[in-house]
Amino acid sequence: MLGAYFDFIRIRFLTMLAYRINYYSGILIYTLNIGVNYFTWKAIYGGGESLGGFTGAQMTTYVAVSWMARAFYFNNLDREISTDIRDGSIAIQFIRPYNYVLVKMMQGLGEGLFRFMMLMIPGMVIAILLFPVQLPTEPSAWIGFLVMLFFSFLISSQINIITGLSAFFVENNEGMMRMKRVIVDLFSGLIVPITLFPGWLSSILKILPFQAITYLPGSVFTGRVQGVGIWNVLGIQVIWFLVLLIPIVWLYHAARQRLFVQGG
Amino acid sequence: MYYLGLLIEYLKNYMKTRLTYRADFWVEVVSDLLFQATNFIFIMVIFMHTDSLGGWNQNEVVFVYGFFMVPFGVFSCFVNMWGFSERYIVKGEMDRILTRPAHNLFQIFLENVDPPSLMGSFIGLIIMAISGSNLGLPFEWWTLPMLIILTLSAVAIYTGIYTTLTSLSFYSDAPTGILPLMYNIQTYGRYPVTIYNRAIQVLLTWIIPFAFVGIYPAALFLHRDEMKGMALLTPLVGAVFLGIGLMAWSYGVKRYKGAGS
Repeated sequence: MLGAYFDFIRIRFLTMLAYRINYYSGILIYTLNIGVNYFTWKAIYGGGESLGGFTGAQMTTYVAVSWMARAFYFNNLDREISTDIRDGSIAIQFIRPYNYVLVKMMQGLGEGLFRFMMLMIPGMVIAILLFPVQLPTEPSAWIGFLVMLFFSFLISSQINIITGLSAFFVENNEGMMRMKRVIVDLFSGLIVPITLFPGWLSSILKILPFQAITYLPGSVFTGRVQGVGIWNVLGIQVIWFLVLLIPIVWLYHAARQRLFVQGG
Repeated sequence: MYYLGLLIEYLKNYMKTRLTYRADFWVEVVSDLLFQATNFIFIMVIFMHTDSLGGWNQNEVVFVYGFFMVPFGVFSCFVNMWGFSERYIVKGEMDRILTRPAHNLFQIFLENVDPPSLMGSFIGLIIMAISGSNLGLPFEWWTLPMLIILTLSAVAIYTGIYTTLTSLSFYSDAPTGILPLMYNIQTYGRYPVTIYNRAIQVLLTWIIPFAFVGIYPAALFLHRDEMKGMALLTPLVGAVFLGIGLMAWSYGVKRYKGAGS
């Protein structure tokens, strides 16, 4: 049974590989995003030495690492799920002998592995060549980062699954999906590191799951968080992973009760 | 006239479908506004840590953002190509479009009209009014006509760029991630382009000219003389990129052979 789930990873990976041409432009666009962010921050720093505890060099690294992490954890599970719901094919998927949500997660992982190899790694190499990125030297930082990156993927995908399943309750969840994309990018610390937000907002963001996607792993990788702090970060990620399972399980069960197919 | 009639019919149809999913309408309006609010938060956060961004103060940057929202709202209302590949190529709806008399691209625009997006344009105008009065900007005789011309030119630029990118789906039928990322990059056109290095300035001005949907035209109203020339170039850039978009599109349609299903 477990083997079947692994097959979903493999199949998605191979499907993505068949369409890899699309990702060459992705590398370019991610690099461009890093570049534009880098220059915006440079202008904001002006002559200043440090902002919200980030030095200029750390900010550059943070921007590059955050965007490249996004290249890995980003996926369109929300759209896939809501399409399944809207065209009714979810009814078939529900009666198949597997767990629909788990299958989606596996497909997301297959896509993530593809994006890791074809988008994140080459993009990172280009970013390092173009911008003054300072990478950590200790192996522990790298291992820690990879583990955290995996949790970023899990949490981001969980949020996508929740957004996608919401299509059961608001028939057209286009707006919610758009809103989710913007909120995740902004509140995860991708566009602005969370320490730079005004005090009241950053204290709200610290109790939301989004920071676990980008800000926390990025802080570890840039060396702002070290030693015991790294375990705290990992702990927060694990807790959010577990907490987000609750709404997914609930939505999944409520959805099975509520399923009505709008044509198809 | 024929096309105007079609537009009205489609808007009527839109209202009917919308009334079926009433709650959803408000979800979309609220989510659009939140989307604008998040961008606004970014500007606020920047100016908590600095007084000027490349020589532009907070009110000026906010004003530019206000202008940026106006054409973007119009564009998202009438030219919504999000999900084109999945809907029209993969599912074969393009075949249906091509058998009808009206121009195929126009039909696709019509089928995806999204009036709630116009809310963003109204809020943009309000933001321009507030930050403009904070700056003591004069209301000249040319302000209103120029606003309309520059808005339409910016809409033409958006349409040109996104039509070009969407026409790529005629060549490769895989779902692409380019469009969402473009949405990310276009927002950088609202910051003073002078803060970027030369390569990115050239890119945002001449290759994917998003500087012409925000900072350049807005500079005209802000009486920023250094960018006035660029501002007046906006209609030309709009015409050129719209032309490229339409050419790429019709070339792609000619190549289109239909998908299964």
